[in-house]
Amino acid sequence: MQIASMHFKERAHDNMGNAQLQGNLQKIKGKFVAKRRQSLVELDDVEATREAARAIRQRALDNLDVWLEMFERNATARGATVLWAETPADVNRHVLAIAARHGVGKIIKSKSMVSEESALDRAIEAAGLDVVETDLGEYILQINDYEPPSHIIGPALHKSKEEVSDLFARVHGTARKVEINELCLEARQMLRKHYLSADMGISGGNFFVAETGSVVLVTNEGNATLTTTLPDVHVAISGIEKIVPTLEDVATLMRMLPRSATGQSISNYVDLLTGIRGEGEFHGARHMYFILVDAGRSAVLGSEVSEALRCIRCGACMNHCPVYQSIGGHSYGWVYPGPIGSILTPSYIGLENALDLPQASTLCNQCGVVCPVKIPLPDLLRKLREQQFARRLRPWSERAGLRLWSWLAARPRLFGASTRIGVRMLRWLGGRDSLIHRLPLGRGWTDGRDMPAPAGRTFRELYAARRADGGQR
Amino acid sequence: MRVGFFVTCLVDLMRPAIGFAAIKLLEAGGAEVFVPATQTCCGQPGYNSGDRDGAIALATKLVAEFEACDYLVAPSGSCTGMIKTHYADLFRDDAPMLARAEALGARTFELTDFLVNVLKLDAVPGTFAGTVTYHDSCAGLREMGVKAQPRALLARMPGVRLNEMTECETCCGFGGTFSIKYGEIATRLADDKCGHIAASGADAVVLGDLGCMLNIEGRLRRRGDRRTRVLHIAELLAGD
Repeated sequence: MQIASMHFKERAHDNMGNAQLQGNLQKIKGKFVAKRRQSLVELDDVEATREAARAIRQRALDNLDVWLEMFERNATARGATVLWAETPADVNRHVLAIAARHGVGKIIKSKSMVSEESALDRAIEAAGLDVVETDLGEYILQINDYEPPSHIIGPALHKSKEEVSDLFARVHGTARKVEINELCLEARQMLRKHYLSADMGISGGNFFVAETGSVVLVTNEGNATLTTTLPDVHVAISGIEKIVPTLEDVATLMRMLPRSATGQSISNYVDLLTGIRGEGEFHGARHMYFILVDAGRSAVLGSEVSEALRCIRCGACMNHCPVYQSIGGHSYGWVYPGPIGSILTPSYIGLENALDLPQASTLCNQCGVVCPVKIPLPDLLRKLREQQFARRLRPWSERAGLRLWSWLAARPRLFGASTRIGVRMLRWLGGRDSLIHRLPLGRGWTDGRDMPAPAGRTFRELYAARRADGGQR
Repeated sequence: MRVGFFVTCLVDLMRPAIGFAAIKLLEAGGAEVFVPATQTCCGQPGYNSGDRDGAIALATKLVAEFEACDYLVAPSGSCTGMIKTHYADLFRDDAPMLARAEALGARTFELTDFLVNVLKLDAVPGTFAGTVTYHDSCAGLREMGVKAQPRALLARMPGVRLNEMTECETCCGFGGTFSIKYGEIATRLADDKCGHIAASGADAVVLGDLGCMLNIEGRLRRRGDRRTRVLHIAELLAGD
């Protein structure tokens, strides 16, 4: 996917001024939050389950090499082929080689965010093959000239029903539908013929299970089941970090994932796919491939932000993020938006290519407290900020300002003297109504807000004066 | 009981009256208040902006200034959150300082938490007649567990009626340097907050952190709202 993360500010500005998008965001705002809260009530002990989920994911990461090798062994023993992709380009190369080997002309695809990293669909089309997205959200984006996804579980959440109605009528050449049911039915009719004629199905992978060599798919539309079982060839693509040791682990994680994501006790479909279709078996692909993608993950593993790899892609952090809710997912400029994206994007594509993302958070920690695997998102954002500061990736003025502040604050007398002058000047700037309407070096603040002026005397000088007066207050 | 009062740099510079109000409350609760004269800043601006060395220098200074006290109390959730939950990260490679910081962190309290749970303040000196709404600041709520404490104190003021706004736990958009670097987004978040405050119909929005206070007041006034008062909980509780 094209990287636009360096244009965060402009995109956020545009998106905040886009009335249609703002209306759409407003409509979904709070829905996920309320549903998650209601569904978590069903658990006997939310915090204990959350801690168990954290521990499972951390255990997987702590010995990732061991689990990956176990997965490869077990998947291979069941007739699947395990391929490793070190880079996003390797993903595309593997997929095209598999397609060539099996004489594939048409590929259907259920949702895979990892495949967005390498713009797999474009690569497939460039090779002269057909590819059809079957997740409704992904389908909407594909037929809208590959519009980028704005959310990791609802890629087209930024679009209204009316926009989809217009899009379907235009692209399908059908009468414009207005009811959601009709729109779904139309998409289903369009997709059905592709399911039946495709030679290969590509899916993502919510979890890879080491002990069985299985892939777990968590979906709501049933499209993943069709994608992975109707064509002869199934290719599951996901990051190497998606491994979990056991099926028991999956059971625990599934108590948290759908609840955190959509507020469902369980998703409509959970596919557990193990090995190729055996003798006398009715279901399943005849050829099964796993593409396990590194693309920056192993480097994150040994880094200060390695805990981000625990992510199970529920989207709760973005659903609860006031910044994401205001600017929309497209502002972040790459595959993964919101708080988790602000950690993953710089980690995968380079800190220097996403300068704003680690900074574009108030560190309010709403994300951290809802994360089902307890990723300390604000702490990890701070780590990236430290790296930016150390690598001089922030403007010199910001760096100088911070240095000046800590230098000054380490010298109490000088701090006292300069702040006494500073607050008087600002008090004067505040004028009669004690509000500064335009701050010369603080336009970022005063463009949208007044700055309440200081009282004009510092606490420390007033306190010292009172002490000198004999401690009278 | 010797309570070290950390006024915080924002109260020091912007709203000294809040510092005196907090001292009045602490003394009303029976504390002996000690105000280290050399105190400045807890190091949070540097810590949150990636200047780790700058933050370590200020954290080291603060620990030395306050560790002789029985408690450290500050009228801020974010500064006490910095000391209690983040100093450990700053000193992770310095065992002697880590031990000192953790010892201080265990005795560090946000003002209302301290008034309710340590001093068990019964009578609140301030008087206020009107409706208020309470904004839960992020660090106070999610790092320091401050939620019931300010409301319990407000409940002891007969003239105060609390009207909770929707999304009282949502960030106001301050976020330290975020409020300047991403002023447009910060303004948008502050505007949402102001909308909820207005919808609550309260005469005053009450809160426990200066950053939120300046941000919310700044946006309220820019929106043309000159009526709604923005008060730190200490001011309201202490009266004048």
